[in-house]
Amino acid sequence: MNRRDFTTLTGLAAGALWLPSFPSLAGNLVDPAQLLEPGLDVAQKKRLADVALNAAKSAGASYADVRIQRTLNQGIFTREKQVQNIASGESFGVGIRVIANGTWGFASTNNVTDAGLAKTAQQAVAIAKANSKVQKEPVKLAPQKGYGEVSWKAPIEKNAFEVPIKEKVDLLLAANGMALDNGASFVNSALFQVNEQKYFASTDGSYIDQDIHRIWPTFGVTVVDKASGKFRSRQALSVPMGMGYEYLTPKAADKMAGPTGSDVIGYKNSYDILEDAARAAKQTKLKVTAKSVTPGKYDLVLDPHHLGLTIHESVGHPLELDRVLGYEANFAGTSFATLEWRKKGVPYGSKQVNIVADKLQANSLGAVGWDDEGVKCKEWNLIEQGKLVDYQKIRDQAAIVGQMASDGCCYSQSWRDVQFQRMANISLKPSPTKMSVDELVSKVDKGIYIAGNGSFSIDQQRYNSQFGGQVFYAIEKGKITEMLEDVAYQTNTLEFWGACAGSCDASDYRFAGFFNDGKGQPSQSSAVSHGSATSRFNGVNIINTARKIG
Amino acid sequence: MAILSKDDAQAILKKVLSYSTADACTVGLSGRTAGNIRYARNSVSTAGAQDTVSLTVESSFGKRSGIATCNEFDDATLRRCVQRAEEIAHLAPESPEYMPPLGPQTYLNPPSAATTPLTPAGRAQAAADSMTLCAAKNLAAAGFLDGGTRFTALRNSKGLEAYQQSTNTDFSVTVRTPDGRGSGYAIADVTDVSKLNTKALTQRAADKATGSLNAKAIEPGKYTVILEPAALMAGDDLSLLGGLMYGLDARSADEGRSFMTKKGGGNRKGEKLFDERINIYSDPMNAEVPGQAFDGDGLPARRMNWVEKGVVKNLYYSRFWAEKNKVAPTPFPSGFIMAGGTQSTAELIKGTAKGILVTRLWYIREVDPQTLLYTGLTRDGTFYIENGAIKFPIKNLRFNESPIIMLNNIEAIGRPVRLAGCLVPPLKIRDFTFTSLSDAI
Repeated sequence: MNRRDFTTLTGLAAGALWLPSFPSLAGNLVDPAQLLEPGLDVAQKKRLADVALNAAKSAGASYADVRIQRTLNQGIFTREKQVQNIASGESFGVGIRVIANGTWGFASTNNVTDAGLAKTAQQAVAIAKANSKVQKEPVKLAPQKGYGEVSWKAPIEKNAFEVPIKEKVDLLLAANGMALDNGASFVNSALFQVNEQKYFASTDGSYIDQDIHRIWPTFGVTVVDKASGKFRSRQALSVPMGMGYEYLTPKAADKMAGPTGSDVIGYKNSYDILEDAARAAKQTKLKVTAKSVTPGKYDLVLDPHHLGLTIHESVGHPLELDRVLGYEANFAGTSFATLEWRKKGVPYGSKQVNIVADKLQANSLGAVGWDDEGVKCKEWNLIEQGKLVDYQKIRDQAAIVGQMASDGCCYSQSWRDVQFQRMANISLKPSPTKMSVDELVSKVDKGIYIAGNGSFSIDQQRYNSQFGGQVFYAIEKGKITEMLEDVAYQTNTLEFWGACAGSCDASDYRFAGFFNDGKGQPSQSSAVSHGSATSRFNGVNIINTARKIG
Repeated sequence: MAILSKDDAQAILKKVLSYSTADACTVGLSGRTAGNIRYARNSVSTAGAQDTVSLTVESSFGKRSGIATCNEFDDATLRRCVQRAEEIAHLAPESPEYMPPLGPQTYLNPPSAATTPLTPAGRAQAAADSMTLCAAKNLAAAGFLDGGTRFTALRNSKGLEAYQQSTNTDFSVTVRTPDGRGSGYAIADVTDVSKLNTKALTQRAADKATGSLNAKAIEPGKYTVILEPAALMAGDDLSLLGGLMYGLDARSADEGRSFMTKKGGGNRKGEKLFDERINIYSDPMNAEVPGQAFDGDGLPARRMNWVEKGVVKNLYYSRFWAEKNKVAPTPFPSGFIMAGGTQSTAELIKGTAKGILVTRLWYIREVDPQTLLYTGLTRDGTFYIENGAIKFPIKNLRFNESPIIMLNNIEAIGRPVRLAGCLVPPLKIRDFTFTSLSDAI
């Protein structure tokens, strides 16, 4: 949290503690019933889009695209036995992006009228022309065919906004109750729901109507031992998903047991918040008195909830072409995986490492039909048997790496903001041969099993990282022996992926996900999933994070 | 809409309150007129402008509250917004932590800048000054400039009335050598934009970039460090000092889940936690970092000592927690001032036999809230100091350190400079813990 977020927290509209980490709520706070009202119909959106595109062309744009976007969201926040806040938001407006004089220009408005759109299109062209005077590299846009009038809809079973708020509040309070009954001193819980109704049109001849849904139930449990002054916490093992409310109807087949002796249950395509809250409280109590880890080299067995974050930071980000080329140098950083580095043919990882980018995976946060510049989404390989084979790129980057087409990973968080290259779902392929979690652990002589993602930090070129977790268990001679605490691993990206000694098979494969991946100035959030199966990494450096303060 | 004057803003708020049928109603109006420009590889990548005004209505019936917002200001929309807030309030559960609105308050009048923010052409020129300097030296600049004016107005059914206008411009630049082996950084934020010199800041970043070529690896371990202000405070990420100051919250301490928690119960307010040379306060009237006069509840900001001679003198108390504990509420300030000495960073280097100069720390995350242990890395200019001079650039390092331990290991405190709305001195610290090397440049 930064200074300004904290200032916002104390603000009038921020009765909810976690609102600043939910940027989609930037719209107007509205009555929840409004979230079920239909937006403009497709014919109206097409007519408005044509107004914008024609105005841009008349003003001198050689290319234009328009996004008419309505974002609906709701956050429900509770602690212990009380509701802290229920906030329902709606944001509606139009973003227009143009190329004029070989330079990008962008402007946006919430005045969704013919006059408002025409004026905004002209503003975008004026900005492009003004910036073209200091432009050194004219935009080269990869050719893109128009798709005509098409649509895509997330295959959800139950729109979360149709579920009565009382039902959602009762579920969160019931989860809090499970945590308190099982020894939690404190529990905060929240449910975030998002629906992006996005209409994209461009001068290439595409008119794309899309309906995107995301959901994220979560909680944090804390146990305080007053006598010693020690406290420990555990976050939910839920996963933000590209799903509807059906994610909150638990199915036995989606419960993924950790290794025998670990008392860890992960979740696939549905989540049992009550069970997880109870288990979290029990585990947190154990964390207070768990053995402090002895630093040194260990073989790590990482569950998908944890490994998803490591994939995100050490593969997803360094293979974003805007970072590779230096466009993020002043904020998010650049990348070690430069075009020159790739030519050297240095392995990114062991032969076991096959990593795929995918904008199509069902239930994932990144799944859409077309991206925010009208490119049809696809799956493509980034790392094959440990070798880097490709990056993530959008239309104005393809030519720079000698390619003819975008990968379809352009995104903007709202109509208000300009679209740019964002991370696709990046996932580690499971083992093609049968391998269970217990089998994987059985071959480890001295190791640590880590479940859940925790504290994380990585340098601006994505070499050196440090990761914590939610729960840690010692592995000795192939068996889980006891819970550990104060565990973090420090590693180098190439060493880490080079140490990958294999994964479980597809039956253990599931997503981790993030609602708020930040990049750009002004910063924008995007949501992304990372699939993997439980995997083993040999000889990783573990540090002990316990300290004493006066 | 542009920036509204006090009278124009209060006239809208008065009208909105007249539509209220709730037991209590608080209305807020805030807006920002601002623009930004972003560049990389010595070329503009994006530029934008922002002109927003938003109205927030919080209506309460008993202990049930609802909030609605809108950004259109015709009578019908304003009425609908009030109705929506009231409908949401009726649906909401009772809040055991509900606090009724405050009555009329007296506010300080923090100094405001005499200049107006940059125009789009001014922003383009400021960016061009930075890019041109780098292009001439065959270096690559990536920067971001964002500035404008904002206003906030509040009014409630108990007669509270508040208004404040402020201007702010932020600029940061990273300069890299074309081979990617050197990188440097500079940052500034100003209230008065005439004090912003993007060329001088870019020169500083360029010097760090060329000076950091051919960095040597040193063994991780405990070192004496000089942390420049940008290594202590950041506006867009967690920081060592920011993390510490934001953590001085009474409720989490009293609940037992903070580094400020006292063993056996209660909090550590009044205890000496840091070196006696540490003094941290907030003062909305400071001319260099004028602060917000009131918080979102309308609580007035005053000069407040947070740490005096190493002793924690105050914690933040929300109105609810203050009432529960029968103390006065203490709003969270908009910025901090860490008192310091007169020495510049260069003078601190001169007085150092062996140590490391850190330009910036990056990707700082909490590792353990119990001890406020943080991890993160050096970035964009890290140098080895020997016998009072910079000897050679060194490779970046990861640290694992708690600001509580760090502020007990003080060797010297330099002259504070403005950063992220705060005044922060460079600090010379012994036994700062680096745990591994990074190849990142």
